[in-house]
Amino acid sequence: MTTATLAVRVWRGGVDGQFHDYEVPRRPAQTVLDVVTYIQRRIDATLAYRFACRVGMCGSCAMTVDGRARWTCRTHVDTVARAGRLEIAPLSHLPVIRDLVVDMAPFFDKWARAHGSFVPTASRRDDYARITPTTAARRAVDAGIECIGCGVCYASCDVVAWKPDYLGPAALNRAWTLVNDTRDGGQAQRLQAVAGDAGCHACHTHQSCTERCPKQLVPTAAIAGLKRLVARAAVRGEIQ
Amino acid sequence: MSAVRAQSYLWLAQRASAAVLALAVIVHLATMIIVVRGGLSAAEILERTRGSIGWAVFYGAFVLAVAVHAPIGLRTILAEWVGVRGRPVDLTLVLFALALLASGLRAVYAVTRP
Repeated sequence: MTTATLAVRVWRGGVDGQFHDYEVPRRPAQTVLDVVTYIQRRIDATLAYRFACRVGMCGSCAMTVDGRARWTCRTHVDTVARAGRLEIAPLSHLPVIRDLVVDMAPFFDKWARAHGSFVPTASRRDDYARITPTTAARRAVDAGIECIGCGVCYASCDVVAWKPDYLGPAALNRAWTLVNDTRDGGQAQRLQAVAGDAGCHACHTHQSCTERCPKQLVPTAAIAGLKRLVARAAVRGEIQ
Repeated sequence: MSAVRAQSYLWLAQRASAAVLALAVIVHLATMIIVVRGGLSAAEILERTRGSIGWAVFYGAFVLAVAVHAPIGLRTILAEWVGVRGRPVDLTLVLFALALLASGLRAVYAVTRP
């Protein structure tokens, strides 16, 4: 058993907080979430952080690790700690509640603004919809549907920082999966919602979202798809 | 026209003008390099451009693309890096676009007039 330790700086407090230093024992296959949990359970029980599944499914444990947004439950210390040091802060671009916990409400409010909910066109009396898996539309849905809503893309997006009303990569990716859902009946309103300065047109294609998405999704491609559809709709006079 | 619709058109206009500029800049730079390497003087260049409908159309399109593209890009930069946006900014940028267009077309006229 190793006796090596990790020097960890953790953000404590709200927006006006500061980093506190902790010594955490190194363990084999240790994740960043393990480190935070060790601090909370063994050193300082007042440390606030958020997690649930611990296996990369729920999207609740994202934090800024050494300046970069990551899902902490699937990020091994070995891959991020340099010279036995680690800095852990809350996600960027979201209001800090306390310590490592941010308010995700603005993030999910934008999903709602982007019409990110399914609008059914069939009733319970209708038969199941038959969707051919090989169609281009369904493949586009498949490419983006595994988003876990962790906020890593949102925290990594420069445009969100510069333009706070920008919907952001996750909300637009969600809208793109619904735009390609042939069962959905809310397409016109959705295209309207994702158009304009605060929508898909604000994306500069920096691709930080795509580079950092822990699920290897490509929100940049989703946003490019929306740009094409909105442009077509605008030419046809369908954008009000 | 609604703001969102106008913004969608602005995005389209910027993309379309970018496509024109991509071609125009290449042609312009290639022409400049060929002319300079060929040793033509200013008077000899003017001799070739004066009265040329082709060059007038090419540089007229170039100037128009610049007048469309630059203010839209500037509008985004002002919104994102300076934090200013809204109608007064948009109207100022329209004036900027007109100034670019007027000064550019004046230059085109100067080198292509008969």
